Amino acid sequence: MALRMWASSTANALKLSTSASRSALASPAFSLARSFSTGIFAVLEGFKYASSHEWVKHDGPDHLGEVVFVELPEEGKSVSQGNSFGAVESVKATSDINSPISGEVVEVNTKLSESPGLINSSPYEDGWMIKVKPSNPSELESLMGAKEYTKFCEEEDASH
Amino acid sequence: MAVSQTRDLGLPLIKLLRLKGVPILQQLHLEERLLRTSSDNWCIINDGTIDPTIVMGISGKPQELLEIESILRDDIPVIRRFTGGGTVIVDQGTIFVTFICNKDAVPGLQSYPQPIMSWSSLLYKKVFQGIGDFRLRENGILRAWRPQVWRECESITKNRWVHHTSFLWDYEISNMGYLKLPKRAPEYRQARDHLEFICRMKDYISRSSFIDRTIEAVGSEFLLRSAELEDAHCTLGSKFEPSSRLLRKQELGEAIFKSLTASQS
Repeated sequence: MALRMWASSTANALKLSTSASRSALASPAFSLARSFSTGIFAVLEGFKYASSHEWVKHDGPDHLGEVVFVELPEEGKSVSQGNSFGAVESVKATSDINSPISGEVVEVNTKLSESPGLINSSPYEDGWMIKVKPSNPSELESLMGAKEYTKFCEEEDASH
Repeated sequence: MAVSQTRDLGLPLIKLLRLKGVPILQQLHLEERLLRTSSDNWCIINDGTIDPTIVMGISGKPQELLEIESILRDDIPVIRRFTGGGTVIVDQGTIFVTFICNKDAVPGLQSYPQPIMSWSSLLYKKVFQGIGDFRLRENGILRAWRPQVWRECESITKNRWVHHTSFLWDYEISNMGYLKLPKRAPEYRQARDHLEFICRMKDYISRSSFIDRTIEAVGSEFLLRSAELEDAHCTLGSKFEPSSRLLRKQELGEAIFKSLTASQS
């Protein structure tokens, strides 16, 4: 599963790159939280990821359009799998953002208040939304890998 | 949430709720509750709202969109609603039509902004057929070739969507003075000010005829079931807190300060 592979490589990266990584490694749950934080925006439509840990925007219909505003929760708030934790506004419409896992919000990307378009232009780097400390890491098992998600999107588009 | 009957004879069922003069904040609260806590499809028609009220979208910034000093002077309420989109000023001359639907209610309709907008445009095309100078533009969205008579916006959740439209059947010219020209305006607007951009629907169609034709158009796509306001309240969960709200005067005052600060920097 691509997400787990990415989590593994990121956990290794944390050992080398940040002083906070020691505490992260002392607590596997936190490592997952930090790695998973980027995975939050994997649920947005229009994106897929390769097994080589690179993500590209799906070269297909852009269902959401340009994001002009993002509403995010506060730190400390709980999120639950499958339920909304915020909203994005594109032209004339707001769409719920649903959390793929349950847990506690430990950090919010404040850059998005001034630059919501980062979600479009840099979804896996500058456009991250929230970081979550998972309350149930086994929920990751229920998420889709790259191929499954790509197939899911193709089937959804083909059915309409 | 209990599964309700939402389809009969091949057409999706929709509950038709006709209101008159309900305050817009109350209407928005009702819509958001039905979106979040009901499993039925709803069409709500509110014939006018009692007091002139400004309604901004979820991301609306008063300092960019509103003539705040005039609004504070004249004590005009300002609401931030739960859906995206632009700013409108509504009053007793506005007719509101809202659809709240399950994502699979309309066969073949993807619950994304553009498909829903296109679907609604085709529905209203039926309403306005033979009336006024309306044309279908190349992007599939119905707009008046000349001024526009409505504002629309949406909110989409995991399993449902709401699309609401405010139709300017009539309006007070003086009220338009409370709104600034938005920075992010659609291309077709071409920097025209509000009065050049909009027109009164009453010049094209009577109020009752518009509502009747809308109901008829809805009836061509759904099986209509009349509902009362009490029916809507019966289906609502008690724990839900709507997010549409009235802005406090203090907030509007702070927006003036932000505007002055921005202009000096």
